[in-house]
Amino acid sequence: MSGMDAEVFDQFIEQLWRYVHERLIPAEKDVIAANAIPEDILDEMREMGLFGLTMPEEYGGAGMNTSQYVETIRVLSYALPAYRSITSINLGMVCTALKKSGTEAQKAEWLPRLAAGEIACFGLTEPGSGSDSAAMQTTAVKDGNGYRLNGSKRYITNAPFAKLGLIMARTSKEPLPKNAHVSAFLVDMEKAGVTVGKPDKKMGQEGSQIADIYLDDVHVDGDALLGGEEGQGFRTAMMSLDNGRLSVAAASAGYARRILDTAMRYAQDRKAFGEPINQFQLIQAMLADSEAEIYAAECMLKDATAKVDAGEPSLLPAASTKLFASEMCNRVANRCVQIHGGAGYLAEYEAERFYRDSRIYTIYEGTSQIMQLVIAKAMLRNFAAGGQA
Amino acid sequence: MKILVPVKRVIDYNVKPRVKADGSGVDLANVKMSMNPFDEIAVEEAIRIKEAGNAEEIVAVSVGPAKAQETLRTALAMGADRAILVESDEDLEPLAVAKILKAIVEEEQPGLVLLGKQSISDDSNQTGQMLAALLDRPQGTFANTITLEGDSITVKREIDGGLETVKLTLPAIVTTDLRLNEPRYASLPNIMKAKKKPLDTKSPADFGVDTAPRLKTLKVSEPPVRQAGEKVEDVDALVAKIKALGIA
Ligand SMILES: Cc1cc2nc3c(=O)[nH]c(=O)nc-3n(C[C@H](O)[C@H](O)[C@H](O)COP(=O)(O)OP(=O)(O)OC[C@H]3O[C@@H](n4cnc5c(N)ncnc54)[C@H](O)[C@@H]3O)c2cc1C
Ligand SMILES: Cc1cc2nc3c(=O)[nH]c(=O)nc-3n(C[C@H](O)[C@H](O)[C@H](O)COP(=O)(O)OP(=O)(O)OC[C@H]3O[C@@H](n4cnc5c(N)ncnc54)[C@H](O)[C@@H]3O)c2cc1C
Repeated sequence: MSGMDAEVFDQFIEQLWRYVHERLIPAEKDVIAANAIPEDILDEMREMGLFGLTMPEEYGGAGMNTSQYVETIRVLSYALPAYRSITSINLGMVCTALKKSGTEAQKAEWLPRLAAGEIACFGLTEPGSGSDSAAMQTTAVKDGNGYRLNGSKRYITNAPFAKLGLIMARTSKEPLPKNAHVSAFLVDMEKAGVTVGKPDKKMGQEGSQIADIYLDDVHVDGDALLGGEEGQGFRTAMMSLDNGRLSVAAASAGYARRILDTAMRYAQDRKAFGEPINQFQLIQAMLADSEAEIYAAECMLKDATAKVDAGEPSLLPAASTKLFASEMCNRVANRCVQIHGGAGYLAEYEAERFYRDSRIYTIYEGTSQIMQLVIAKAMLRNFAAGGQA
Repeated sequence: MKILVPVKRVIDYNVKPRVKADGSGVDLANVKMSMNPFDEIAVEEAIRIKEAGNAEEIVAVSVGPAKAQETLRTALAMGADRAILVESDEDLEPLAVAKILKAIVEEEQPGLVLLGKQSISDDSNQTGQMLAALLDRPQGTFANTITLEGDSITVKREIDGGLETVKLTLPAIVTTDLRLNEPRYASLPNIMKAKKKPLDTKSPADFGVDTAPRLKTLKVSEPPVRQAGEKVEDVDALVAKIKALGIA
């Protein structure tokens, strides 16, 4: 995909870089204290166009291709992860689902609203099913010309703020081949029967909220069925997750840069045995390993997104990038704590929250183990077909 | 009213400048460049005047290399309506720039020219003043606050020890100080729209201006490195030290 004009993109990235450093980073303390992004900053982010990066221009967005979108997320992710979280469900999951599977009427209804910054959430995980998401229990039963939804969703990012929920539900009691028992619904979160639980207390990622969604006899019209066709929900969810994996990888790479820069500064300022600790080779080894690994993740992001934009097979590179970048970010955060010594264990220093914030990246949008399974499965299939792994 | 805002492409304020090995100037190879911060404040102020309904058009102008187009695009993305690039690869002195701006002012007839008080590249702090003199128009430099009323503009100027208020009759020249406003970031939708706004390219010769340098740079050098201080045991030692150094 060609994406937006390259010059316009470069100009935007320059403005975004400044916005991140001059506005978003100084506001981090407030976001953490309130466990939410203040309304004035949210409005600024909307005005900057951050909610419309991936929507096509004719729907009020900027029409970025995957390389541009993922690079934008990487630059944004130098700041507190909450700033990505609030935009990423709109931009990644839900926009991808609408673009690839939505009917014309559904696109016209929702894409402009999402681009303008109405917040969306993506409901796949349930109390009884996470990695094994096709085992979901939420049901959608035909009711007149619409459906009646019942069940609950767990750990849903942005549920407390959302106007739109893209909810996966079973339209067939029995599991069907290719998980065709799952359909996707565009649910107005203000509908009768939809309730959102209290935000969960998390290890990190303050400012971003997750909560349960309860669906109690929620009636939706027929046109809420994504694409107007039953049985497409799982395929849609998996396509959205492919995109989401690159977003998590970009978040990991962008945050890892921030973490390493912070470690570099501390290692310069802190003295032990009469010298700045960055003069000790054991410290230098941690810094050098971090630099090499971040560079590797940045290269993987460039290559994987270029493949997506060229329409080449991208399952393997995207899953590999998510696996490597998220684990890498955790290693870098761990070293940053170590380099800080005792200070790294204290909430007063940023190293401590970097460590907590990073931890989710190897878990959501497919755990590292699920990434390994996805990668290995593709390798074995390619190998059996006589190709290379 | 029309507002003319000259903007300059300079070394980015986050970059630590390095002097060329031969001492002939600052090394600009592969250095990040951006809009002079004081000019950004001028663009912002012009947009606010327009948003308040006191101006119809904002014209951004830059005198500089072809790459200064990027700086003009930023001004357009912030909210200027059109742009003029006077392309020159020479490092023009303030007087040459002021003469070119004078010619543009005569052509465009703006009610207000809003400039940065100085550019962070050479810190000359001359262009606005020279332009006012060449045009024989009133000037309000180092603006901290400006207010438009009818055909006049009131400028609170930052001076040593406080603020001085001057009232100028339009058309006038105003230069911006740091506290006038906080410039906005160009949003993605506006950057996209700016791509379609008109940008004319001219050359100094179009205005018949003699841009030959009047000044000669002898040498550029890094500021001297600050020497580390010395710790003294007590007040007596401090006094002795000061006396020995002949400071007191
Ligand atoms: C902060 C946060 C935000 C989230 N946001 C959303 C959201 O917006 N929408 C949404 O739908 N979900 C969301 N989730 C849910 C998230 O996607 C799931 O937590 C994740 O997919 C893992 O599922 P689970 O928690 O049920 O773990 P489980 O699936 O129970 O996994 C437990 C462990 O078993 C391993 N495991 C599972 N199956 C296998 C296997 N076959 N082989 C080897 N190991 C295996 C896993 O790797 C893991 O280590 C969010 C979660 C969190 C914490
Ligand atoms: C929860 C907690 C409880 C504590 N309780 C106590 C207590 O009860 N009593 C007490 O006295 N102290 C206590 N401490 C302090 C603790 O022992 C120190 O934090 C620890 O020894 C590290 O010292 P530092 O924090 O000054 O780190 P630094 O010494 O500044 O080390 C910073 C980094 O530099 C590395 N480094 C330092 N020198 C070298 C070198 N020569 N070569 C290579 N790398 C080097 C370190 O490994 C570390 O990675 C506590 C700390 C915490 C966080």
